[in-house]
Amino acid sequence: MLQYVLRRTGLSLVLLFVIATILFFSLHLLPGDPALLVLGGDAAQPTPEQIALVRAKLGLDQPIWLQYVTWLRRVTEGDLGRSLVDDRPVARDLANRLPRTLQLVIPATLIATALGLPLGMFAARRRGRLADPLASSTALMGFSVPVFVVGMLLVALFSITLGWLPPAGYVPFGEDPLGFLRHLILPTLALSASPMAITMRMTRSSFLEQSSLDYVRTARAKGLPEPAVAWRHVLRNALLPVVTVVGLQIGGMFAGAVLVEYIFSWPGLNTLLLNSISTRDYPIIQGVVLLAAVLFVFVNLVTDLCYALVNPRIRYE
Amino acid sequence: MSEAGGGARIPLRRRVRRHAQILIALPLLAGLVLVASFAPLLMRHDPNSLNPRVKVQPPSQTYVLGTDEFGRDILSRLAYGARITLIVAFASVVLAAVGGTALGTVAAYAGRAVEMVIMRIMDGMLCFPPILLGIFVVTFLGPSLVNLILVIGVLYIPRFTRVVHSSTLAIRELEYVESARALGSSAIRIIARAILPNILAPIMVQASLAAGHAILMESGLSFLGLGPPPPAPSWGRMVEQSGRYMQLSILPIIWPSAAISATVLGFNLLGDGLRDLLDPRLRN
Repeated sequence: MLQYVLRRTGLSLVLLFVIATILFFSLHLLPGDPALLVLGGDAAQPTPEQIALVRAKLGLDQPIWLQYVTWLRRVTEGDLGRSLVDDRPVARDLANRLPRTLQLVIPATLIATALGLPLGMFAARRRGRLADPLASSTALMGFSVPVFVVGMLLVALFSITLGWLPPAGYVPFGEDPLGFLRHLILPTLALSASPMAITMRMTRSSFLEQSSLDYVRTARAKGLPEPAVAWRHVLRNALLPVVTVVGLQIGGMFAGAVLVEYIFSWPGLNTLLLNSISTRDYPIIQGVVLLAAVLFVFVNLVTDLCYALVNPRIRYE
Repeated sequence: MSEAGGGARIPLRRRVRRHAQILIALPLLAGLVLVASFAPLLMRHDPNSLNPRVKVQPPSQTYVLGTDEFGRDILSRLAYGARITLIVAFASVVLAAVGGTALGTVAAYAGRAVEMVIMRIMDGMLCFPPILLGIFVVTFLGPSLVNLILVIGVLYIPRFTRVVHSSTLAIRELEYVESARALGSSAIRIIARAILPNILAPIMVQASLAAGHAILMESGLSFLGLGPPPPAPSWGRMVEQSGRYMQLSILPIIWPSAAISATVLGFNLLGDGLRDLLDPRLRN
């Protein structure tokens, strides 16, 4: 197990290095002078002083390999540079915003799993009957409907038409716990729709696959009641691939939150990103994208380790 | 899992149900392509003509789906918007499929070092949530149709690279490929004549699913104002804009939302159906 953990962690570190490299060079791979890109492309007419200032701030006046090495060293120390607009450290802004995005992602994961798992199992156990195709097509629709459509429709229904919940905004939990929860409901639901559908689909197919195996026949043959077969034998094995899918979903949700935060004016990481787009605040944009990728790698690593923990076969490969 | 696709022993009802996905998807997508192609002939109104006297009208005989906040006909805008959606989906998937196939076969054939570099870069790219990388790039390239296609196309290359790489590795060791090699065929000839035809099935499946993803991403970026600039009738932007006057009417949100969802659903159904049809082993 220890060997597996070390190898898997090592791979993740390599991956992080690749990610940082891709991100660093992406600005330089775009056509045009990076300083001009940051200052607003063709439309803007920056003065030579402005260009020189941005070059100096971003270190663009140095040879590219030196920029790369310097940038990598700073990033590993947690220094993501300073905002071009207000000169605040990017890392501090990210640290302020991350918890608010987590406040969306964690409940959305819980909802998606708490509903997706039982629904998937329900559909699988009723294979061939009406409930199964019905549940399966609902799931297919669930991940065909864009997250922003779900969000807008929820607002249209629960805020505009029924007037039950606020359409947008954020209230800190410390100030008004009830208000916080009322503002949390719609964005969380919007965010959880697609992961729920994917979890359900995966649970269903994994459950069906396990149900056709020999050990299930053995369990039935020795006279176990059907619920015991389903819950104690099939489900335990069927859950293994679902663990991975849920992990991938969490990683993806940090980014899926971008549209949700936009719709509900939720002041998380992604709103920071969107605000920085209009000002082309390059260090912030880069910081958010990097953080999202790092979170993705981290969540995947944790998922893989959990998977190995519950599935001994992986450990001894 | 165990039954073979398309065999004569499968009961008719089961076979119809298996193909039901394709039977739903094809007419849906074909209809969409027709509407997009013949939009100027089919639509009575110019999608961009402003008419302040008929702002936010409910559906009527003149305006079948009603009008938006500038008095533009929503139905025409949807029809012309289908062009944007389909062009982006098609072009970006072709770009991703061609790029991914090239990289995937090269990775499988060019030796360990090249393979390592290509596949690690692909792994790295897969870690970036596509929409964030899309936002990042479009911000600096500027919003336009071509940039949207380039960004989405490049972002989906890794998926194709992975599929092509693993399929190629599997096929490369088969006996008929070995016999081609024994006969003195060059690597390029083996790839073109022996390998590509045999990995077309997974590429097609991936392409169909990727088209659905591409539309989700295109509409998402358009929703954020990073799609083709106004007045282009992109569906994502239509949803965003009509959200601003929800209090007046929620219908203008419903139409483009339904259009995006139905199109993505069409491609997802097609992808699922193709997977079952072309390669039952791929089903999960």
